[in-house]
Amino acid sequence: MPKPDSIVQTPRARVKYLGVARSGTETLWAIRLTSFALLPLTIAFVVIVAMLGKADLASARALLGAPLVAILMILFVLASVWHMAEGMRSVIADYIRHQHMRELALMANFCFAAGVGLVCVFAVLRLSFVQ
Amino acid sequence: MAEANYSPLPIEQRRPLSPHIQIYRWSATMVVSIFHRATGVALYVGTLLLTVYLLAAAGGGVAFADVSRFFGSLIGQVILFGYTFALMLHVCGGLRHAVWEAARGFEPGARNALAWGSLIGAVVLTALAWAGAYLL
Repeated sequence: MPKPDSIVQTPRARVKYLGVARSGTETLWAIRLTSFALLPLTIAFVVIVAMLGKADLASARALLGAPLVAILMILFVLASVWHMAEGMRSVIADYIRHQHMRELALMANFCFAAGVGLVCVFAVLRLSFVQ
Repeated sequence: MAEANYSPLPIEQRRPLSPHIQIYRWSATMVVSIFHRATGVALYVGTLLLTVYLLAAAGGGVAFADVSRFFGSLIGQVILFGYTFALMLHVCGGLRHAVWEAARGFEPGARNALAWGSLIGAVVLTALAWAGAYLL
C-alpha cells in the first residue's frame, strides 16, 4: 500500500512542484498573525512617535527608556520585521524570475529584516539600560 | 503570464492564459490592491528612518542633533508625512483584507465601499496623527 502522497503526486510531479503541495500555509499564517499583532502595536508606535515630535535628546531618551514604551517599541519592531520579511518574500517570489537572482534577493531580504530588527532592539535596550 | 515566454511551442499551440491587468477596466479594488503592495515596499525601506532615529537617540548629542535637524527640515517632514500616510494606508488595507479573509464584503457595493473606506480612513488617520504630533 503506497503512502497517500504518492497516489496523488508522482515523484516527478513533486520535483516539478506540480500537484498538491500539502504545505505552504505557514507564510499566510505568519502574515495574518503579525498583522493582527501589529494593529494595536502600530497605534502605540504612532502615539510614541507623535510624543517624540518636538522632543530634545534628554526627553527623547527619557521617553524611549521608560519600560512600557521600550517594551512596546521592541514588540513593534520585532512584529514589523517579521511581517515585512514575509511580505517582501512574496513580492520577490512574484517578480524575480531568474532563480539565482531570486535566491540572492531572498537572502538580502532576510539579512535586511534581521539587521533592522537587531539594530533597533539594540538601540532601545541601550536607551533603557545605559543613560 | 509567468510561463508564457518559456514555452517551446509556437504561440498558436500554447494553452490559453488568464488575461493580464491591461485587459481590465480599472476598478477601486485594483487600485487599493496595488497601493497595498506599494506601501508595503515603501514601509519596508522606511524602517530605516526608525533605525536611524533610534541609533541617534542611543548614540548621543551630535548624531541626534543632525537627525533631528533632518527630520525637522522641509524634505524630512515631507518624507515623514509620506511614511505616515503609507503606514495608515497599509493598516487600513490590512483591515480590508481581514474582512475579505472572513469571506465577507465581496458584493459590488461592499467591495467598493471597503476600497474607498480604506482610502478615506487612511487620510483621516494621517490627519489625526499629525494633529496629535503638533498638539502633544
